[in-house]
Amino acid sequence: MSDHKNETHGGYYTGDIHNQFVEEHYDPKNRSVIWKTFWILLVITIAEVGIAFTSIPMEILRVVFIVLTLVKAYFIVGYFMHLKHETKSLAMSIVLPFILIAYLIVMALTEGVYLHFWDITFF
Amino acid sequence: MAADATLQQKNQTKSPWGGGRSPFNVSWGKMYMWFFLVSDAFTFSSLLVAYGVMRHRFTGVWPNANDVFTHFPFYEGHVPLAYVGLMTFILIMSSVTMVLAVDAGHRRDNKGVAIWMFLTIVGGLMFVGSQAWEWYNFIGGTELGALKTADGSIYRFPENAPHLHAAHPPEWALISPSQEIITDKALLEEIKRNAVPIHGANLTENEYGHPLFADFFFFITGFHGFHVFSGVVINFIIFLNVLGGVYTRRGHYEQVEKVGLYWHFVDLVWVFVFTFFYLI
Repeated sequence: MSDHKNETHGGYYTGDIHNQFVEEHYDPKNRSVIWKTFWILLVITIAEVGIAFTSIPMEILRVVFIVLTLVKAYFIVGYFMHLKHETKSLAMSIVLPFILIAYLIVMALTEGVYLHFWDITFF
Repeated sequence: MAADATLQQKNQTKSPWGGGRSPFNVSWGKMYMWFFLVSDAFTFSSLLVAYGVMRHRFTGVWPNANDVFTHFPFYEGHVPLAYVGLMTFILIMSSVTMVLAVDAGHRRDNKGVAIWMFLTIVGGLMFVGSQAWEWYNFIGGTELGALKTADGSIYRFPENAPHLHAAHPPEWALISPSQEIITDKALLEEIKRNAVPIHGANLTENEYGHPLFADFFFFITGFHGFHVFSGVVINFIIFLNVLGGVYTRRGHYEQVEKVGLYWHFVDLVWVFVFTFFYLI
């Protein structure tokens, strides 16, 4: 760890008080992956706007929109934020807490529906 | 004892949690950024879930976003989704330029980082500007406005709701809070007598329908817009550092990666806001 400014092949030292060694593997194919991800995101967004004007029932469209949104989120987090190439333990400690959000959604929206029937029954 | 020490040493080299290196194989700064983003994602999730609760509660009288956000610059007609689609495109594009800046950083290409960072900042400013325009139109409202009765119900004019107007072009009619066309003369006169005209939206009233729609719109897009604005400021600081050669001297561009994570997160949140406010 003597010369932290020296960039070594396959990694670097952060150069701060911790002077941690960080592995780094540059893949020249990165840029084509980036543009591919961009086209996927763009096509999905255009498709979303496009199908919003069709006569498909809203009940089906809602499900389609939510699925497409999660697909977009997967590509942004996986490729742009590079989480797909991080260690599995890091990826899991970031993704798994969102189980709590899924739980919150189910609980809170159930409450919302309950409030709706409360309103129309008593007011 | 000696054998014990050797065994311990062996375990240390084998297990990623044995110490001496990052078990996540990531720098501490990036890990902290990730955990900050998780907490920020929880905040946004809570806001969107709260929106969902009120939307389910007031289902039936909730405004349709396609009747609210129909403006497009330099165009007079109603074009739902076009402008917000363009905003989404701008933000995705600026996410691409950001990831290209990170990529240039991996290649230690200082000039490349500077160019892509600059384009990212331009994209961010375009997005914030677009959002300001969207707010301006929402706050200003339509020329006709709407009628608000004493109990807080909003009666809109069919001219402002092109979907329903195309099907029923009566001489004069109103749209009830539950989006039904009212053409009965006596009923119209009664509503007119008891109502006051309102224009646009603010935190207490909303000419497009339920006031909570406006409250959530201002709060969530405002909170997101403030994130974009802070992102632009942080990106600008990093951009100045790149120009000053700070990262060339340091030997790595990890700082660019960290603001990159934040910037992609802002894009990610917008993807969800776009879906839940405009599409569904």
